[in-house]
Amino acid sequence: MTELPGAIFDAAAPRPRRAEALEGPGKSVLRPAIVLLLMMTVLTGIIYPLVITGIAQVLFPAQAGGSVITRGGKPIGSRLIGQPFSSAGYFWSRPSATTPQPYNGLDSTGSNLGPLNPALIQAVKARIAALRAADPGNTAPIPVDLVTASASGLDPDISLAAAYYQAGRIARARHLSLATVRGLIAAHAHHPWLGLLGEPRVNVLELNLALDALKRPAAVK
Amino acid sequence: MTAQSWGLLALFLALALLCVKPFGLYMANVMEGVPVWPVRVGGALERLIYRLCGVDPAVETGWKRYAVALLVFNVLGALLLYALQRLQFYLPLNPQHLPGPPPNSAFNTALSFVTNTNWQSYTPETTMGYFTQMAGLAVQNFMSAATGIVVAVALIRGLARHSAKTIGNFWVDLTRVTLYVLLPIAALIAVALVSQGVIQNFSPNKTVSLLQPVTYQQQKVNAAGNPVTNAAGTPVMQTVTTDEQTLPMGPVASQEAIKELGTNGGGFFNANSAHPYENPDALTNLIEMLAIILIPAALTYTFGHIVGDTRQGWAVLAAMIILFVPLYALCNHSEQLGNPRLTALGVNQTASSLQSGGNMEGKEVRFGIDGSTLFGTLATATSTGAANSMYDSYMPLGGMVTLFDMMLGEVVFGGVGAGLYSMLIFAIVGVFIAGLMIGRTPEYLGKKIESFEMKMSSIAILVTPILVLVGTAVAVSVSAGQAGPLNPGAHGFSEILYAFTSAANNNGSAFAGISADTRFYNIALGLVIWIGRYWPIIAVLAIAGSLAAKKRVPVSVGTMPTYGPTFIALLIGTVLLVGVLNFIPALALGPIVEHLMLWSR
Repeated sequence: MTELPGAIFDAAAPRPRRAEALEGPGKSVLRPAIVLLLMMTVLTGIIYPLVITGIAQVLFPAQAGGSVITRGGKPIGSRLIGQPFSSAGYFWSRPSATTPQPYNGLDSTGSNLGPLNPALIQAVKARIAALRAADPGNTAPIPVDLVTASASGLDPDISLAAAYYQAGRIARARHLSLATVRGLIAAHAHHPWLGLLGEPRVNVLELNLALDALKRPAAVK
Repeated sequence: MTAQSWGLLALFLALALLCVKPFGLYMANVMEGVPVWPVRVGGALERLIYRLCGVDPAVETGWKRYAVALLVFNVLGALLLYALQRLQFYLPLNPQHLPGPPPNSAFNTALSFVTNTNWQSYTPETTMGYFTQMAGLAVQNFMSAATGIVVAVALIRGLARHSAKTIGNFWVDLTRVTLYVLLPIAALIAVALVSQGVIQNFSPNKTVSLLQPVTYQQQKVNAAGNPVTNAAGTPVMQTVTTDEQTLPMGPVASQEAIKELGTNGGGFFNANSAHPYENPDALTNLIEMLAIILIPAALTYTFGHIVGDTRQGWAVLAAMIILFVPLYALCNHSEQLGNPRLTALGVNQTASSLQSGGNMEGKEVRFGIDGSTLFGTLATATSTGAANSMYDSYMPLGGMVTLFDMMLGEVVFGGVGAGLYSMLIFAIVGVFIAGLMIGRTPEYLGKKIESFEMKMSSIAILVTPILVLVGTAVAVSVSAGQAGPLNPGAHGFSEILYAFTSAANNNGSAFAGISADTRFYNIALGLVIWIGRYWPIIAVLAIAGSLAAKKRVPVSVGTMPTYGPTFIALLIGTVLLVGVLNFIPALALGPIVEHLMLWSR
């Protein structure tokens, strides 16, 4: 037969192989299927996760164990899992759709409310009202992440805008200067890497722990 | 879109493209039995597997026997996974002592994970023990990925060979893909993820104290543990205060790695890749996105290399990228614009150096709009079905992109293997259409495309739209189906349409407001998932067998080159034509009408 110009297609000419004479199902299908499934279960389902766990526990024990933060020897939360806050003297986290309580670690979920759903609009209105009530003098537009529920319900961060929005309330409640609170936010801020990767944000639990670590004024509840 | 939106896309695509040639070549070598060094290292284990299985690695089979082996292996996988779930209470590594899920849920999950769909109607934190996750679900993450890849390789061989009776040995192909491609890469990714905070342990859940106690309402339970209702049937609520939080634990990183690498998408946790323990920051988000695209993109090079003309592979990859970029742009633009109803309430949704802005309902601050929409577009376009944001809460057009990504047939990169073999089927249909237009017998890579190939291609392409549209029609017509949606109106219809689109295309993501853990949805979606996976696979293997047996037609002046801009345009046109014609009416009833309602005032 006429071959194609250039050897391009023949680069893949198969090496000699034996073709099986028998077509269709035969007795030889069941044994490899069972044995291979069991061997792969052991290899990818048991050995693989055990080896990764071993490496993880040796190289990165804190991360592998959940990035737990301790204060005074007591586990006070995880750097990665958000906590709910409602007192005037703490930075508030984002709204959480987990049930029955917000930031329930065993029920990670978003609200799944569509953009037109009246329930979403009602919820946002209520959150705006709560933020305004806690900070009556503040008429700035509210940063969107502070009134919308996160995807996981466990979002550990708020945007820098959401942190600065709350700075005045925190300063008043804790009898701190506004500059102190804003400085604390700036010190804990994360910025996008090279302006590309990541978002302007701050970890709420770390920020609140830093607030508590400042000389504790008596008025804080 | 902001400069950062384009910058992130450019960074991501550049890193992904850097991997295409070396990794594509590596996979070609592995599948063709070239003794590259990992193959030499794993050779002893590989030979041991063949010996225990009673398989002669030198023997190849025709397509029918290949298909039978594949089906038997997958059916056994489904049975084992069903059994592991149902029996998990009696199995080890279940520190929370979780009972087995009910039969219809376990049935759905088994089919869903064996088919690379990973639709999840259950809540993992409170349903699956560690052993079920790692030795059941994660094993099928590997096996379903390997199954997809070997089907693609079989089709590539069908195109590359001529006058051949065989297309490969299923057991050998599956073993090689798992040992030399999936396992080592997954291990590297897993360790990288742990270093950034993804958990990996076998501890029971950890209890920590809250900085500020939380007070909330919950339904009262009586002494027997049953919820209490009053005479009118309304739940009796009580106020509870707790100063503790329970942190979920488990071997997450090892599963997260293969979940993305194998384009599976089944989360260890309910919130999937939005959960901080699955995806703690922007860097892990980038790693996970690269893991998703790595194999689907590189397989185009594997294809080009094995058929002996890498331009063929680059053309397919170019078509995928050209389809992908505008989808991301539309999704990103729509989400960045935000929700006009919130703007009216005095909410600031404008992007700045202090916030990502945009529609943040159902999104995480660390991913913002860019990291969420790029992940979302990618995960739905690649049949991964992972999610780092809740698509149900996307703006109508942003959500439509995730839906439309799947409706294109999961060919924009697509699932591992499945994306390439589906795209090659579109290429066959494309050259057939072109052949009709100019009145010549269509050819692809020197193979005449004849009646048998066209019949099989039609089956492969049309099975999924039929499953989607008929399934949705049935669900909206019966009360068990109507009970599903969370959101009212057009959005509720979108939730049902999304569920069947996701199932038939083996994606697995959801407009997650839908209550799918019901007998109706578990069984209906389980069947759709199963048919949507194996009918196309059998058709593709049949085409592979038929093409392998054909003689090669010499190139002449009348041969249409299947690389270059004309072919790329033809391929994109074919994909869009099929996708748009099938689904525009359904989309008009869902996201399009919702978009018009939202912006009409």
